[in-house]
Amino acid sequence: MLNRTADNVARATPEPLAKKIRGISDKGLAWLFISPTILLLLAINIFPLFWAIYLSFTNFRANRPNEVVKNLGLANYQRILGDHDIWIAMQTTAHFVFWTILLQTVIGFTLAWLIDRKFRGHAFWTTIILVPMMLSPAVVGNFWRFLYEPQIGLFSYVVSFVTGIPPTNVQMLSNVELAPWAIIIVDTWMWTPYVMLICLAGLRSIPEYIYEAAEVDRASNWRQFWSITLPMALPFIMLAVLFRGIENFKMFDMVNLLTGGGPGSTTEVASITLKRQAFESWRTGYSSAFAIILFVAVFGLANIYVKALNKVKQR
Amino acid sequence: MKSTLKLALGLASAIFASTAVSNVAHAEDLTLCWAAWDPANALVELSKDFTKETGIGMKFEFVPWTNYADRFLNELNSHGKLCDLIIGDSQWIGGAAENGHYVKLNDFFDKEKISMDDFVPATVVGYSEWPKNTPNYWALPAMGDVVGWTYRKDWFSRPELQKEFKEKYGWDLAPPTTFDQLKQIAEFFQKRQIDGKTVYGASIYTERGSEGITMGAMDLLYSYGFQYENPKKPYEMEGFVNSDKSVKGLEFYKALYDCCTPPGASNSYMGEGVDAFKSGQVAMHMNFAFTWPGLQKDENVGGDKIGYFVNPKGPDGDQFAQLGGQGISVVSYSDKQESALKYIKWFANKDVQAKWWSLGGYSCLNSVVKDPKFPSSQPYAQAFLDSMAIVKDFWAEPSYAPLLQASQKRFHDYVVAGQGSAKDALDGLVKDWTQVFQDDGKM
Repeated sequence: MLNRTADNVARATPEPLAKKIRGISDKGLAWLFISPTILLLLAINIFPLFWAIYLSFTNFRANRPNEVVKNLGLANYQRILGDHDIWIAMQTTAHFVFWTILLQTVIGFTLAWLIDRKFRGHAFWTTIILVPMMLSPAVVGNFWRFLYEPQIGLFSYVVSFVTGIPPTNVQMLSNVELAPWAIIIVDTWMWTPYVMLICLAGLRSIPEYIYEAAEVDRASNWRQFWSITLPMALPFIMLAVLFRGIENFKMFDMVNLLTGGGPGSTTEVASITLKRQAFESWRTGYSSAFAIILFVAVFGLANIYVKALNKVKQR
Repeated sequence: MKSTLKLALGLASAIFASTAVSNVAHAEDLTLCWAAWDPANALVELSKDFTKETGIGMKFEFVPWTNYADRFLNELNSHGKLCDLIIGDSQWIGGAAENGHYVKLNDFFDKEKISMDDFVPATVVGYSEWPKNTPNYWALPAMGDVVGWTYRKDWFSRPELQKEFKEKYGWDLAPPTTFDQLKQIAEFFQKRQIDGKTVYGASIYTERGSEGITMGAMDLLYSYGFQYENPKKPYEMEGFVNSDKSVKGLEFYKALYDCCTPPGASNSYMGEGVDAFKSGQVAMHMNFAFTWPGLQKDENVGGDKIGYFVNPKGPDGDQFAQLGGQGISVVSYSDKQESALKYIKWFANKDVQAKWWSLGGYSCLNSVVKDPKFPSSQPYAQAFLDSMAIVKDFWAEPSYAPLLQASQKRFHDYVVAGQGSAKDALDGLVKDWTQVFQDDGKM
C-alpha cells in the first residue's frame, strides 16, 4: 500500500523537480534531513550563547530597555573575578559538589553492589530505591522543607528521639552550620539511585567467567572486589560522577526551594547568585559574563575529566 | 427543505451575530495586574460596579507576592500588552517612569479634575510621584499600606500574666510604645506555656528572597535614626546609612530575632507572619496593615482577642513606619488606555473609595480616612491612620532592585546568619549602594 502511494507520488512529481531530487547526493540528502534540527539548535542554543557573550561585554540591563548600551570591554569579567561574594558562592558550590558526589558515589555504588547480589526481593527493593529519583525536584524540595520544620517536622522528631535534643532546637534550614548539610542530605537522597543505576549497569557488564577464573585461582572475595569489580566498574562510576558533577555544579531548584540561599548567604551557590544578579538586580551584562565564566569552568573541567575517563576505559 | 435551509441559515446568522457581539465585549475587557492577596479579592468585588456602570469587563491577573515583581517587571520590560492597568509596587515608580512603562497622568488628572491634594500626602509621594516631591504623577494612590503590629489582646489581659509582668518589669503589660518595651514583652512571652501550648514573643520579617528582611529591619531602623542619605547632599550615605544610631537599630533587630521569634522563623514574611499569629504561636506580629481585616475576622485569634498598635518609638523618641501599598497606573503598552483611564476616573470617585474601604481595601482618599466615623469604622482603623502619618519608604530609584538585593543580603547575613557585626553589615551596604549609584552615573 505504502509502495503504491510512493509510486503515485513519484509519477505525479513534475519531471524537472524529479530530476533535481534524483540529483541530490547522499550527503545533500543527509543535510536536508538534519537541517531542521540544526536550525533549531542554532536558534535556541547557539544564538543565545553568542548573544550572552556579546552582552557580557556591555552594561546592558533588561529592565532599562531605553538606556544606551555601552561597551565595557572586559570590565564585567574583571569585576566578577575580583568580587569576594562571587568567590564565596564558588566555594559554596564546590563544597556541595564535593560532598554530594562523594556521598552519592559511595552509597550508590554500595547499593548497586548489594542489589547485584540478586537476593530474594531485590527487584522490589530496586524499585523502592528508585522512587526519589522519579519525583520532581519541586515536590522533593517542598516535601523536605516540611520534614525539616522544627516544630512539626518528622526529621526534627527523629533526631530528637535519637539524640535527646529538643525538636525545636533542630533547625536544619535556619542554622548556618546545618543548612548546607540539609541540602546535601536531600540531594543525596534524591540522586543516589541514579548513581546506583549506572553502577549497577557497570557491575552487570562484568563477564561472569572472570570471577570463575578468580575462583579457580582461589582469590578471596576482597581480592576479587579490589582487582576485578572495582576496576571494571570504574568507567561507569566515573561516568556517574561526571553527570552528577555537571548537574550539581548547576544546582538551583533544590537550594532555591529549601533555603533560597540562606540563612544569610550560607547556601548561596553560584546558580542562585547568577539568578539574583540577572533577574532580581537586573544586571544583565554582568550576569551574562558570570554565566560565561561558569560555562567555561564546567566545560573545561568536564573536558579534562572526560580525557581521564577515556584513559581509564583504555586500560 | 427550503424552510429547513432558512432555519439553518437563521441559526448560523444568530450564532455569528452573538459571537461577534461577544467578541466586541471581549475586546473591551480590561486586564488589571496585581499581587494575589486579600485586597485583590476585594478589588474584584468592587470592580463589578465598574462593569455595571460602563459595560467594560474586568479581567484580573494576580500573581503571588513571591513572583509578583519578577512576573510584572518582566512583562513591563518586554513591553507586554497583558496588563492594561497595573497596581505596581511603590519602589517601581522611578524605573517605570524613566523607562516609559506607565502613562503620565498629569493631563488626565487636570482634565478630570482629580486632585492629588485629595489624597493622603504620604501616599501621593510614595505611590504616585517621580521624581519624588515633584508634581509628576504616574499613578493614583490605590492601596494604602504600612507596617504595624497586632497583639494577642486576650493574653495581655490575663490577670495572672499582668501581675507577673508588672512584678518583673515594673510597668503594666500593654501594647508597647517603645522598642525596648516591645522586646520586654516579647521576652516575657517567649517559650511561655499558654493553654498548654508553647508560645513565642514576636513574629518579625526575616525573609531573604524578595524584600522581607529589608521591610522589617527598616521599619525599626528609621526610628533609631537611620537615614538613606545626607539631606543636604543626595547620595552621600557615609555616616547616615551606617551611623551609630543605625548600627544600634540593626543590633536591636538581631537581638529581637535571637531572643523572641519562633523556632525556624529564618525566612518569614507576610504569609508566614500571618500563619504564626493565626496558629496562636506568637504574642505579637509585625505585618503590613492589609493583613488586619483578615485577622480581625479570624475565628481563633480575631474579634476581641486581637489588638493593633503602631510601630513603637526608637530610643530618641523618633517614630516612623515602613510604607507599603501601591498606586494604580495605566500601562503605556496597552491598546485600551482610554478604557483604563475610565477605570482610574471611576476608582478615584469618593463613593467608590468608601466602598473600597468597607470591602477590606485601604483607601488613600482624604474624604474617606478623615471622615469622623473612620476611626471607629474598624478596630484597626485608628492604628492604620496613626501609622500612615509616620511612614517612610525605601529607595524608589530606578535602580531600586539592586539596592534592595544588597540590603537583603547584608541584613540577612548579619541578623539571621550572625555573620560579622551590624557595623560591618551597614558599611557593606554603603559600599554596595555606592556601587549601584556609581553604575547609574549618579555619583
